[in-house]
Amino acid sequence: MSNQQTEKVIEQKVEKSPSGLSIFWKEILRDKLALVSLLFLVLTTIAVFGVSILLDKDEIVRVDPFAIYEPPSELFLLGTDQGGRDIFGQLIIGTRNSLSVGILVTIMSGFIGIVFGVVSGYFGGHVDNVMMRIVDFFMVLPNIMIIIVFVTIVPKYSVMTFSLVMTAFLWMGIARLIRSRALQEKELDYVQASRTLGSSHMKIIFTQVLPNIMSLIVVTMTLNLAANIGIESGLSFLGFGFPQDTPSLGTLLSYATNPTTLEQRWWIWVPAAILILVLMLAVRNVGEALKRAADARQRRAS
Amino acid sequence: MWKFIVRRLIITLPQLLLLSLLVFFMASLMPGDAFTSQIDPSLSQDAIEEQRERLGLNDPWYQQYGRWVSGVAEGDFGTSTAHYRPVTDLIWERMINTIWLSLLSVIFIYAIGIPLGIISGRWNDRLVDQIITGYTYLGFATPIFIFALVVLFFFGFTLGWFPTGGSVASGLEPGSFEYIVSKLHHLLLPALSIALIGVVGTVQYLRSEIIDTKQKDFIITARAKGAPESRVYNRHIFRNSVLPIAAFFGYEITMLITGSVFVEQIFSYPGMGNLFIESILIRDFPVVTAVVLLFGLAAILGALLSDIILSIVDPRIRIK
Repeated sequence: MSNQQTEKVIEQKVEKSPSGLSIFWKEILRDKLALVSLLFLVLTTIAVFGVSILLDKDEIVRVDPFAIYEPPSELFLLGTDQGGRDIFGQLIIGTRNSLSVGILVTIMSGFIGIVFGVVSGYFGGHVDNVMMRIVDFFMVLPNIMIIIVFVTIVPKYSVMTFSLVMTAFLWMGIARLIRSRALQEKELDYVQASRTLGSSHMKIIFTQVLPNIMSLIVVTMTLNLAANIGIESGLSFLGFGFPQDTPSLGTLLSYATNPTTLEQRWWIWVPAAILILVLMLAVRNVGEALKRAADARQRRAS
Repeated sequence: MWKFIVRRLIITLPQLLLLSLLVFFMASLMPGDAFTSQIDPSLSQDAIEEQRERLGLNDPWYQQYGRWVSGVAEGDFGTSTAHYRPVTDLIWERMINTIWLSLLSVIFIYAIGIPLGIISGRWNDRLVDQIITGYTYLGFATPIFIFALVVLFFFGFTLGWFPTGGSVASGLEPGSFEYIVSKLHHLLLPALSIALIGVVGTVQYLRSEIIDTKQKDFIITARAKGAPESRVYNRHIFRNSVLPIAAFFGYEITMLITGSVFVEQIFSYPGMGNLFIESILIRDFPVVTAVVLLFGLAAILGALLSDIILSIVDPRIRIK
C-alpha cells in the first residue's frame, strides 16, 4: 500500500525540479533530524568497519565454556551469549555484515528494478502491460517465504548467494516506481526531439531519461536500504540469513527466542534490537529528506 | 464493471500458472523427492534408480508437472517425510489456527486504522495528527519481529498478563466457554503485534486520501449547502475515502502471511507459518511445498477479490 502512495506522490510531481547534489545537501542541512541521522550513519559505518578490522573475528566467535551468559562487565562490555562469546564484538561484526548485505542487495535489486522499470515505462503499450503483469505477480507472492526456501536449498550457501536470493525477490517495488515516472518522462519534448534526431531507444533510455530521473532513483534506493536491513535481520532472526558462523544483528536477536534469554538476559538482544531500529530510522530520515529535496513542491522555501 | 471483472479474472489465470510453475521448480530443486517423498535415501543407488523409474521421476518435467498439478487440484500434497502422515491432514490443523490469527489481526487493523486515519486526516497538522503521524513513521520503520519480541517481553513475561506460547490452555473441552476464552487470550498478543505494525499503511492511506478529498468541489458544495461538519465527514468523505478501505484486506494477505511467519514463531503459536519454519528446519519438503503453494494461492486470490470489491465500491478504479 505504501508503494501506491509513493507512486501517487510521484505522479503529482509533473514539473521538473532542478536536481543536483547541492539541493540534497541544502535540504539535509536544514532538516536537523536528517543531519543527525546522516552523521550517525557515517560515524557508525566508519566505526563498525574500522573496529571490525582490529577485532579478531575468530576470537569473537570462539566458544568459551567458562564464560557462558556473563552479564556485562569490564571484560565483556555487553556480556556473553550461550557459547561464552562476546556480545559487543558480535554486535560490531553483525552491524558490519547487516550493513554490507543491505547495501549490496539494495544496489543489485535497484539495478534490476531500474532497468526493468525504465524499459517498461519508456516503451509503454503492450510491452509495459506484459512487464507490469510480471511485476504484479511477484509483488503479490509471499516473498519472504520463497526467499527462505531458496536459502535452504541453494547449494554452496554463502553471503553472496544469500544476497542474490534476496535480490531475486525484492526488485519489484523500485521497478514499479521507476516505470510510472518513465511513463511521464517519455511524453516530454526532449525525448520526442531526440527521437526525431535519430537517437536509438537505448541511447535515449540510458543517457537521457535515466539521468533525468536520478533523484527518484537515489531517494528510492535510500528508502529501500532501510527496508532491506530490516528484511535481512528478519531472515537472520529466523535462522535463514547469514551462514552459521557469521553473526548478524538478526542472529543476536534470534537468541531471544529462548524464553530465559528474552526474560532475563537483556544484554544479548536489546542492544541489537535498538541498533536495528535506530539504523533503519536513520536511513529513513535521510531518505525522507532526500525525497523532499527531490520534490520542488515539498522543498522548503530558502 | 463486468468488463473489468472479466479482464481481472483473465489476468489471474497466468498468475496461477506461474505460481504453480515456480513452486514446482522450487520443489524439484529440493534434495530428495519433495513430490511423493516415497524414496528411502538409505537404499542403494540401483534401488533408488529403480524406485525413481517406478515413481515416474525420470519422466520429462512437464509430465511430472502435470501429475503434480492434478494431484494438488484433488487436494493431494503427498506425505510428510517427518510425520508419515498426509500433508493435507497436517496442514489442516494448523490452517485453522492461522485463519483465526489473520481474522483477528484484520479486525484490529480496521478497528485501529480507520479511526486513526480519519482523525489524522480531519485534523491534519494539529497535535493529534502529529502524534499519529509520528506513530506511523516509527511503525513503518519497525520490523515486525522486533515489535513482537518487545510485546512478548513486556506483556507476556514482565507483566505476565498473557500466555507466552501455544494456542489454547491444555485440558479444556473444545467448544466450551473457557476454551474459547483461552483461545482468544492466546490470540490477543500475536494478533495485536501484527495489527499495530500492519495498520500503518491503512492510516497513511486514509490520511492522505481524506486531506485530498476535503478540498474537492463536492465537499465545498456540501459545506456551502450548510451541512454540519459531522455530516460532511460521516456521509460525504466517508463514502468517498473510507469505503475503498473495505476492499484492502485482500491486499493485506501478503503482509499477514509474512507477519504470521514471524509472529507465530515468536509466540510459538501452532499455525501455518510455524509449521513452515518447523518443516524447513527438519527438511520436510513436501510440507514446505504445500504451505508455500497455499500461501501463494491465498495472496493471489486475495488480490483478485480486493480488486473486484474495489471496482464495485469505487467506480474510479474501473476507468483506469
